[in-house]
Amino acid sequence: MNHIISIRDLSRTEIDQLIDEASRIDSSVSFDQSLKGKILALLFFEPSTRTRMSFEAAMARLGGTSIGLDSVEASSMAKGETLADTIRVVSGYADTIVLRHPKEGAARLASEFASVPVINAGDGAGQHPSQTLLDLYTIRQSMPLEGISVGLLGDLRYGRTAHSLAYALSLYGATLHTISPKGLELPTSIADELREKGTEIVEHRDVSEIIGTLDVLYVTRIQRERFPDSASYFKVASSYRVTPDLLTGVRERLIVLHPLPRLDEIDPGVDQLPYARYFEQSRNGIPVRMAMLRKVMG
Amino acid sequence: MKRDAREGLLISPIRNGTVIDHITGGEALNVLKIIGITGATTESISVATNVKSGKMGRKDIVKIENRELLKEEVNRIALIAPNASINIIRNFEVFEKKGVEIPSILTGVVRCPNPGCISNTNEPIDSKFEVLTKGLHCLYCDWIITKDITSHLI
Repeated sequence: MNHIISIRDLSRTEIDQLIDEASRIDSSVSFDQSLKGKILALLFFEPSTRTRMSFEAAMARLGGTSIGLDSVEASSMAKGETLADTIRVVSGYADTIVLRHPKEGAARLASEFASVPVINAGDGAGQHPSQTLLDLYTIRQSMPLEGISVGLLGDLRYGRTAHSLAYALSLYGATLHTISPKGLELPTSIADELREKGTEIVEHRDVSEIIGTLDVLYVTRIQRERFPDSASYFKVASSYRVTPDLLTGVRERLIVLHPLPRLDEIDPGVDQLPYARYFEQSRNGIPVRMAMLRKVMG
Repeated sequence: MKRDAREGLLISPIRNGTVIDHITGGEALNVLKIIGITGATTESISVATNVKSGKMGRKDIVKIENRELLKEEVNRIALIAPNASINIIRNFEVFEKKGVEIPSILTGVVRCPNPGCISNTNEPIDSKFEVLTKGLHCLYCDWIITKDITSHLI
């Protein structure tokens, strides 16, 4: 079965193939209807706007239809049904299941019980492979992925997108510069694993020390709920803010990415600069998810 | 069984069953836990802990009457007692002697310490860990247990 659960399950070749396919789709004038007659089940047990909508849009572009839960409260889960049973039942309704769930490993469990492919759309603090693929795709639109210098800024402890991206970039020989508030550093287990694979990881406290040498600055949200009070949040958040001033004198090819939604991490003044790619990044969710849907159902 | 000059045999021989020898000192009760032997089971069990051992300094020994442990049961023991040796006894004789091998996947032996892991819910699954040199890797949530594995035994 052709599941997509974690970026770790994909080889560099498979990642390249998905990105190539997304690129082909992106440059097509019209989309084929290769998934006409197919049904996609969207099981979202946590709120999501862009991931859910972009999977629906991707399926529609390929001629297929989507069915899904509107809320957990209205589902059998609220009556105490296990996820395993829900997955077995929905496998009979659809050709692929896209799952978002608050528990880590939920998509792996789903893949064990499903009789159709499962795509992980985020499991708690765990994996979110379609986000990583669209991050890589967005970078590759601007530069080759090999050997680049990438700054990861923000909450690197709980930010799952940063973990998955760091892992994927390690396959391409990137140098990673981590910049995070005290207590929100990249977990040692992840850093050690990447270093064992030969990835160079350099820690910094201040993004201005390193910004001039970066090819990519990947910004993640600093979550307010991680701080004891608003004052300590604002103190930290303001020192990790990307502003037009910060981007003075950077490399010409620098791109600034963010998985969105952003709060205060990126000054709106950056939106007008040529470095800002986060809205394109978000839009890239469509061709990347189309490529994923084709891979599992094609 | 080695004799102690004054105390005689520490634990008596068994007619049929399994003797697990060379268990790391102090781990005998964890070994019983791993192979599912609790106060509610019917087997006759003899346990000797911190017995003097030429090779190991101190070791534990467990004897289980009328039960021959299966290979997969035996291999779970390797996690906490990598030097253990297993003797299958039939009619007071050693019928088969084997060492333990650490399995590549451990199913239903260790609980994932990550409270957010799906394996800690009411789903109909057993915990599943890949055995790595640096520890145990949860195949559901990717958590890695690097130390104090016995405190996570189910």
